Amino acid sequence: MTKLSGAKILIESLKKEKVDIMFGYPGGSVLPIFDVLYDAPIKFVLTRHEQGAAHAADGYARVTGRPGVCIATSGPGATNLVTGIATAYMDSVPLVAITGQVKTFLIGNDAFQEADVTGITRPITKHNYLVKDVRDLARIIKEAFHIASTGRPGPVVIDIPVDVQLHETEFHYPKEADIRGYKPTYAGHIGQIKRAAKAINASRRPIIYAGGGIIISAASNELYEFATKANIPITTTMLGLGGFPETHKLSLGMLGMHGTVYANHAIMDSDLIIAVGARFDDRVTGKVDEFAPHAKVIHIDIDPSSVSKNIKVHIPIVGDAKSVLQELNKLVGKVDTKEWLAKIETWKKKGPLTFKDDDKLRPQYVVKEIYEATKGEAIITTEVGQNQMWAAQFYTYTKPRTFLSSGGLGTMGYGFPAAIGAQMGMPDKIVFDIAGDGSIQMNIQELATAVNNKLPVKVAIMSNCYLGMVRQWQELFYKRRYSYTHLEGCPDFVKIAESYGAAGIRVTKKKDVRPAIEKALAINKPVFLDFRVEEEENVFPMVPAGQAINRMIGGMA
Amino acid sequence: MKRVIGVLVENKFGVLAHVSGLFSARGFNIASLAVGETEDPTVSRITIVVEGDERTLEQIKKQLNKLIDVIKIFDLTNKDFIDRELILIKVKITAKNRRDVIKIIETVGGVVSNVNSETLTVEAAGDQNKINTLIELLRPFGIKEIVRTGRIAVAVEGKKK
Repeated sequence: MTKLSGAKILIESLKKEKVDIMFGYPGGSVLPIFDVLYDAPIKFVLTRHEQGAAHAADGYARVTGRPGVCIATSGPGATNLVTGIATAYMDSVPLVAITGQVKTFLIGNDAFQEADVTGITRPITKHNYLVKDVRDLARIIKEAFHIASTGRPGPVVIDIPVDVQLHETEFHYPKEADIRGYKPTYAGHIGQIKRAAKAINASRRPIIYAGGGIIISAASNELYEFATKANIPITTTMLGLGGFPETHKLSLGMLGMHGTVYANHAIMDSDLIIAVGARFDDRVTGKVDEFAPHAKVIHIDIDPSSVSKNIKVHIPIVGDAKSVLQELNKLVGKVDTKEWLAKIETWKKKGPLTFKDDDKLRPQYVVKEIYEATKGEAIITTEVGQNQMWAAQFYTYTKPRTFLSSGGLGTMGYGFPAAIGAQMGMPDKIVFDIAGDGSIQMNIQELATAVNNKLPVKVAIMSNCYLGMVRQWQELFYKRRYSYTHLEGCPDFVKIAESYGAAGIRVTKKKDVRPAIEKALAINKPVFLDFRVEEEENVFPMVPAGQAINRMIGGMA
Repeated sequence: MKRVIGVLVENKFGVLAHVSGLFSARGFNIASLAVGETEDPTVSRITIVVEGDERTLEQIKKQLNKLIDVIKIFDLTNKDFIDRELILIKVKITAKNRRDVIKIIETVGGVVSNVNSETLTVEAAGDQNKINTLIELLRPFGIKEIVRTGRIAVAVEGKKK
């Protein structure tokens, strides 16, 4: 049998994993790999910063459900991936990150462009590998893809020294990964599922609290059947948006710090919480001691370490959301929720999700118009901060894998490269990044990537020349002392877009919003829409940090 | 409360860092840690003794189980188990008290491994009770150095003793 170099084995293995696209940036320690990539049948997307590559691979993974792959050189290339890897880790995104490493015999010697990548990424990866022998490489790649995409997905780093990329060995790609310490549980314990069904059938004020796990396990149909069959209202986390159609009458939208008034009141007043693929994050629970005092909690999650981590769980079910819901659907009947739904209806009337819709150019209005113009069919990515919350609140999500946002880590600069990856994964969809002027400047260089790859991504920049969310906190809790949140020297985004060969449109008046969006949609290249919005607009409702989640600013009148 | 956790792991580089990282990331000090190969040379066993509240340790156990290279974990805290530790103690001695020191060591079941005119080094293996007794009895003479291996522990089958 002929022998192949480590670099060739890597690419052959990626082909076996049906990888057809990679995002990355070359450098000295990955030259052998890039030499093979030169004529490999894999589309390579050259970003302009390694962080962009990691987020693009993440965006690709979130829309397709398949692992995203990114590559960077040793040292600074690898450390530039770190934020993207941590982002994927917090949001359970399957990602395989390949990094070059200095030659094996130089490791630990402070060699040029050396960094301890397995050490640095240890707490932000599901697993990582340093490949010291080319004979291990094929097996490691098999394992990496298996680990990244099964159980609770997450990023896996494979650090490959440059000499290992050159060493040769026979290539055998294993059919299966067999890892004795890694056997995720998919089927829920049937006894626990029966107990859960009993509690559900006996409840009077139940609420479903669904998270990103619904999207990851492709359980939206099962969730829909569950909610409608049992007639139980449902709220989702931010990462759960799209897991249940928000147009449905049982939908309460998003809960938590900037969730709807009625979702927060409903969960606080409930007698039973059915949590599926969600992890009771502090942005959702608010003050833990006062969270849902009357509720029993059923928690369905594939990750045992999520169960009873923040909130005491009465009926834990470790398993995959889809498979557990399928079993549960056989056992639940229509629950008597008539009174409960009527009560929620009064909250919906008293505290609707709203904003001051006057003559001024307000960001919430822009988001609503994007929804109308795209008929709710777009893939929305967001940056982090006010733009993210408005995008979550005022676009109505009905389908899974249409809302991409850095939920756990809260990474500014995520949305634009993620939009690039998403557009690569879904070339026929409209992809809209809802951004702020602060966030967009964190990865604005990816305009070159979007232009070079002829990707018609649209970016709606809510320009207020502020680091808006931090400014909002300063306004509300720090006596309006706007310490370094005024982003003076806000650039001309139209000119920036044009200088890269993209299009730019500035909008300063409310009446021009919709025509500008329509115009942008008709342009078959990247477009920056620079919306000069009200500078001191706030995101409401809002639960102040550390408060019970029914104590909302901008709550019920 | 001191907790004793046994962890079976892949016998590979990087695994110990993964395991200890879970403790350090939560600000937990590891009281003792001992690692060695098991009956299967591809598997190592780590015995960790750590102080901490129930809730955090429950979370750490779950996180340990999540590590890909962790094969199995045993929380021995509330179980019947045998634990042993090896200790080396260097004690100051004089011509006058040397006999007393040796007598104490013999009574407790230690072994004198080295002796000269100024110091005496004792080795002892046993459970925590024995080790601590030895330390306390030797302390009045002046302890110069203590070196401990950390505890190793194994669950007993059936009832202890």
